[in-house]
Amino acid sequence: MTDILQELELRRAIAHKGGGDDRIAAQHSKGKLTARERIDLLLDEGSFEEFDTFVAHRCTDFGMEKQRPYGDGVVTGWGTVNGRQVYVFSQDFTVLGGSVSATHAAKICKIMDMAIQNGAPVIGLNDSGGARIQEGVDALAGYAEIFQRNIMASGVIPQISVVMGPCAGGAVYSPAITDFIFMVKDSSYMFVTGPDVVKTVTNEVVTAEELGGASTHTKKSSVADGAFENDVEALAEVRRLIDFLPLNNVAKPPVRPFFDDVGRLDHSLDTLIPDSSNAPYDMKELILKLSDEGDFYEIQEEFAKNIITGFVRLEGSTVGVVANQPMVLAGCLDIDSSRKAARFVRFCDAFEIPILTLVDVPGFLPGTGQELGGVIKHGAKLLFAYGEATVPKVTVITRKAYGGAYDVMASKHLRGDFNYAWPTAEIAVMGAKGATEIIHRADLGNAEKIATHTQDYETRFANPFVAAERGFIDEVIMPHSTRKRVCRAFASLRGKRLTNPWKKHDNIPL
Amino acid sequence: MFKKILIANRGEIACRVIKTARKMGIKTVAIYSDADRNALHVKMADEAVHIGPSPANQSYIVIEKVMEAIRQTGAEAVHPGYGFLSENSKFAEALAAEGVAFIGPPVNAIEAMGDKITSKKLAQEAGVSTVPGHMGIIADADEAVKISNQVGYPVMIKASAGGGGKGMRIAWNDTEAREGFQSSKNEAANSFGDDRIFIEKFVTQPRHIEIQVLADSHGNTIYLNERECSIQRRQQKVIEEAPSPFLDEETRKAMGEQSCALAAAVGYSSAGTVEFIVDGDRNFYFLEMNTRLQVEHPVTELITGIDLVEQMIRVAYGEKLAIEQKDVQRNGWAMESRLYAEDPYRGFLPSIGRLTRYRPPVEEAENTRAVRNDTGVFEGGEISMYYDPMIAKLCTWGPDRATAIEEMRNALDGFEVEGIGHNLPFLAAVYDHPKFIEGTMTTAFIEEEYPDGFEGVTLPDAELERVAAAAVAMYRVCEIRRAQISGRMDNHERVVGTDWVVTLQNEAFATHVDADRGGANVTIGDVTRRVESDWTPGQTLARLTIDDAPLVIKVDLISAGFRVRYRGADLQVRVRTKRQAELAELMPEKVPADTSKLLLCPMPGLIVKIDVAVGDEVQEGQTLCSVEAMKMENILRAERKGIVIKINAAAGDSLAVDEVIMEFE
Repeated sequence: MTDILQELELRRAIAHKGGGDDRIAAQHSKGKLTARERIDLLLDEGSFEEFDTFVAHRCTDFGMEKQRPYGDGVVTGWGTVNGRQVYVFSQDFTVLGGSVSATHAAKICKIMDMAIQNGAPVIGLNDSGGARIQEGVDALAGYAEIFQRNIMASGVIPQISVVMGPCAGGAVYSPAITDFIFMVKDSSYMFVTGPDVVKTVTNEVVTAEELGGASTHTKKSSVADGAFENDVEALAEVRRLIDFLPLNNVAKPPVRPFFDDVGRLDHSLDTLIPDSSNAPYDMKELILKLSDEGDFYEIQEEFAKNIITGFVRLEGSTVGVVANQPMVLAGCLDIDSSRKAARFVRFCDAFEIPILTLVDVPGFLPGTGQELGGVIKHGAKLLFAYGEATVPKVTVITRKAYGGAYDVMASKHLRGDFNYAWPTAEIAVMGAKGATEIIHRADLGNAEKIATHTQDYETRFANPFVAAERGFIDEVIMPHSTRKRVCRAFASLRGKRLTNPWKKHDNIPL
Repeated sequence: MFKKILIANRGEIACRVIKTARKMGIKTVAIYSDADRNALHVKMADEAVHIGPSPANQSYIVIEKVMEAIRQTGAEAVHPGYGFLSENSKFAEALAAEGVAFIGPPVNAIEAMGDKITSKKLAQEAGVSTVPGHMGIIADADEAVKISNQVGYPVMIKASAGGGGKGMRIAWNDTEAREGFQSSKNEAANSFGDDRIFIEKFVTQPRHIEIQVLADSHGNTIYLNERECSIQRRQQKVIEEAPSPFLDEETRKAMGEQSCALAAAVGYSSAGTVEFIVDGDRNFYFLEMNTRLQVEHPVTELITGIDLVEQMIRVAYGEKLAIEQKDVQRNGWAMESRLYAEDPYRGFLPSIGRLTRYRPPVEEAENTRAVRNDTGVFEGGEISMYYDPMIAKLCTWGPDRATAIEEMRNALDGFEVEGIGHNLPFLAAVYDHPKFIEGTMTTAFIEEEYPDGFEGVTLPDAELERVAAAAVAMYRVCEIRRAQISGRMDNHERVVGTDWVVTLQNEAFATHVDADRGGANVTIGDVTRRVESDWTPGQTLARLTIDDAPLVIKVDLISAGFRVRYRGADLQVRVRTKRQAELAELMPEKVPADTSKLLLCPMPGLIVKIDVAVGDEVQEGQTLCSVEAMKMENILRAERKGIVIKINAAAGDSLAVDEVIMEFE
């Protein structure tokens, strides 16, 4: 009997060794941790329950039958993050390069099915050389099985991908479908075709880092939502993100004890808006000062910085924040910022996370680059996302809300629940100067008259009261009371019930 | 008494004067420029008058504008503060012409002391010790030796046209005087085409010590002890204290009496300051007299209990001094730290911007300790480029010097300033410097002790362990809260452990935490410390006690730990489980990106001029461009030889800190 028990221990020990000491050392020398070490960091200590420890592939081509390691290059199972259940798969680069075979894929599919069934997030730690070439179409079929599950899980459970090594070719499309992609600086890359193929086909000479490193994907392509210094930091920060997310689309956003005053006033906000209406200020200061304990988890921090997206807590409960950033491009909407914010709004709506929108937007960015790039359809994505969202929506206009961008930014007309404005708000079709030049075209030659007209326009429209007269602004609030007002607004919306007409799905302008 | 006074100044000193005026029941009028529309002094005053655009030369120092504000408001007297019009005799005359009282000395005293040569002559006549020397031209080496002996060694042999150290020699004996004379003369002839030489006493181990005098218009003059102001950076005082740790009773009395004699000689009334340079043997020599309230007056107030502004107002009203020399106290010790909007890590370059956080320590006045903060700014206010970068003067008082210093350390630890670069870490470093603690500093202290600038503070091990103990106790509070999130699997909750590895300043400490209701016992090695605090997550200032000794640290959340600022050190403190720490050990050390081939903008500012073009080969020290910030034009020079391959900015561009101005091959 003891022998039989020992046999299990023995086999487990072999499985836990992955690709063996040499390959583990090689992995470490690249600054990367092993699949199991990563799971140790992601999950609560001792909470990991493994599935399919002993699964091995069934390929017999090219001598593959001679090496059939336990686990087949991926560690799968479930565990907890701060006591909340999550499913995880972690590809093991030390075992057959973490390559995806039919069985490797089947292991991932198994936990994804469980995750959807049981309503818990899936976190994928990607570190794989790609499809296992020896298996041919079996490997491709495996990928597609994963994709299909990613698609089915989308909007049902949060899916997070952490790219911690190579992720190339078809493999990229699993993370691509998930809600968030994080990368590790200097040790991960993602691309559909690598530098060699690029060279052959287009003659471009490019490094893997330039083509698909963390910097490329967080700053230029926007494929990734964030990048971290190393594996340890990446996994610690993924834990932090999970604390903001609900377990599934029918669970409430998580709540935890908080040490901040709901009614906290911050008088420094009364001077946040500069005297000159063209001077920039940092919208992040408002986000930090109104959120619980100044804790903000930013999504896509490095991309389209003219809009800020991320999670905060109010009264201990998660709220998604979308905010124009006057420091960058005057906070205007453009193709990139619209896409970035639209996706974030839709994530929040899918998972019942209330949305706070902070508005200081001078309009859409003009130019051929924008128009030829299709800013009409991209801008429409954000409009669509806000309009279809049924979660509690609270909006605060701090300064400019001009033109179509006013409508887009969670206006009253898009079923905004609370639309507040600071006394510094200017809600108008456009800035006073531009408006005057159109309305009083005849006087364009007369600088004095134009100045008077501009002054008149400013007096009439550069304030929140015209909109407030019409009820488009529910209340003009003091900047220092923003936290209190916003907290109370969301508190009053805890019972919100709003459903859209039945449809198979909508047809957002993709 | 006056019914209403106008304060012809801004910032902390305007606020300071308003406080006293209010205490005396006098109404106050502030004046302000465009940039100061929302300034604290404007809010504090009973009335405020706008006097023009932001630059001081179009507002605060335009006499006619100030006069107009006086006429408008009917102020009966004007307190000029320091700087601006405070030592401007024309302003004093203009006031006199309209029958408005000047809260300061008479015009002739301002004029007499405003001129270096006249003031030195008057000082000599009044029997004040001046730097001995021979102002005439010296004919030959023999005469040089003779004069050197008269002056007394060591002497400084200086070229009349000299500057920048050229044509300057220090001589300690006759041989050196002879040689020094000859080489100075040669050097001067070659460098300046002017070989005139003079000799004066060389002051060794110089300290800047000044005497506060107070005089009324009835012929009474007293001195209110001294202030030591030797901690200076480029003639700018940084830390002052009263009394001086260096003076003995006899020297103090001599300096005080000579100062009074000088004040009396020029018919001085109001508060004034006689500045001296004091050598290592306590010989003191007159430098100049400041005919105004000094920036550092609070330290005198703290040890004497006299409100100098009140005295100035009373004197200006014509009252007799109610205090006699024998009543002047010297009670305990006071320190003053000047908080500057200057980034010590970047060569003390001025920093401007919004004060996103400004929380000075609480002001307290008890029998055994006091904290005072004179400030002109507030959280949410703007530090503009137009004025002096000093934003606050933090003072502490204790019964003795050591206590005053310790109070200051704690007060600095508890002072929160965010949004701009500031010198809090540097100030903290000075208060922990052995030379400062001993009180043996000279005016060369900063130059000598920080020759390469300020690079932050390395904490000693004992302090590291205290910080580590605090951090682990605090981090555990955060982790326990995290484990209380909703949606947990019942009966399978996370149990937050008791063993943690704390890494900071490249050291790792294995810790064990036993927490209870009132705090935690933290064991590091074989030492257990009791950590107590009412800190909760999210607070950026943590007040703890470690074995009953206070520890005040600034904390910001970072991944797996805190950024901790304490005693001038800025630390990344990570708190990890053993397993996490072991895996973190495997992570490669990443070297920061190489910026040696880039010229980065060292401060937010305006590019005035780009002096090179793409393709130019530049030599070390060559001027590359100039950036204007805080009205100062800063010239950026090449640190090494190189070729310019790209220029990203042009004259007129406004740049942020660290924006790339140009790139080199």
